[in-house]
Amino acid sequence: MTDFAEIWSYLARGPLVWLTLTLVAYVAADALSAAFGRAPLANPVLIAVILLGLTLWGTGTPYAVYFEGAQFVHFLLGPATVALAVPLYLQGARLKRAVLPVLAGLCAGSFVAVVSALWIARALGVAPETLAALAPKSTTAPVAIGIAESLGGSPTLAAVLVLITGMVGAIVATPLLNALGVRDWRARGLATGTAAHGIGTARALQVHPQAGAFAGIGMGLNAILTALLAPMVLRAFL
Amino acid sequence: MIQALTLILLCQLAGETLARWLGLPVPGPVLGMGLMVALLAASDRVAAAVVPVGQGILRHLSLLFVPAGVGVVGHVDRLGAEAAWLMVAIVISTVLAIAAGALTFKLVAWATGAGDEQRSVDD
Repeated sequence: MTDFAEIWSYLARGPLVWLTLTLVAYVAADALSAAFGRAPLANPVLIAVILLGLTLWGTGTPYAVYFEGAQFVHFLLGPATVALAVPLYLQGARLKRAVLPVLAGLCAGSFVAVVSALWIARALGVAPETLAALAPKSTTAPVAIGIAESLGGSPTLAAVLVLITGMVGAIVATPLLNALGVRDWRARGLATGTAAHGIGTARALQVHPQAGAFAGIGMGLNAILTALLAPMVLRAFL
Repeated sequence: MIQALTLILLCQLAGETLARWLGLPVPGPVLGMGLMVALLAASDRVAAAVVPVGQGILRHLSLLFVPAGVGVVGHVDRLGAEAAWLMVAIVISTVLAIAAGALTFKLVAWATGAGDEQRSVDD
């Protein structure tokens, strides 16, 4: 009989184990999130990431090996972005009636996201090349990476800051918007998608279909707006 | 289902091609989303096929961020000595951005008469 260590070292080299564990961690995280009544802090992305991070650390597995398996899930981000057309289409009539508030909310959210992050980070003494990676943090990862690179920031750092922003946004959105007394699902969704891209949109979809559709719009439009805005604002800060 | 997935991938592919070709700062999938909205609006057959599949994919959108999120764990050291300051900047700026976006939306919706539709029947 082959001993377990050998079987493990055979399996750990292929994509199957890590793909399966990614799904297992997510299913567990999602169940936990549901058990906590979808409480903002019980964010499924955050829980699954912690579970898998501990597993990689415990088994001494490099991220590159993990990603061999996880890439199949990661790839679906593209098709899922295209699929955001569905809530948009279903909410089309409602969206048409709200063009002005959407554009105003988008501009305000996008501008505040870039300016406040750079202003606070600079005041705290963060280095200029790090600021370049921070500027596009509210936009979706592929855009943020492109923007950071063109500004002379590290693309990897930009991706990390984007993901942290998404998780922070997904966690703070519900209690914050409740505290502000914003009950309009359109406003809640748009603001969350603008400030916290896809992870915020995932949270919005979990909460309400209207919020999800407007979050998708916020995310999509902010990808364009940040690409225009971030270089200008960063120049003002350097 | 396979037709819907094919259409979704075709939209993404067209979006990626367009973004590269025209050198646009927008990611391909976002352009693909725009294309898909146009297709959905243009054809009821497309809508009937794509809507359920799209909703199925989006039901677990969170899952798709997990692999990249795990990557963050390994890169926390890249944040270096500035990690704490970056976290402070991200948390405060995200709170401010969500508040600014939502309150501005609310204000402009009220001012333009596109007010709250909480009680609309087509939910």
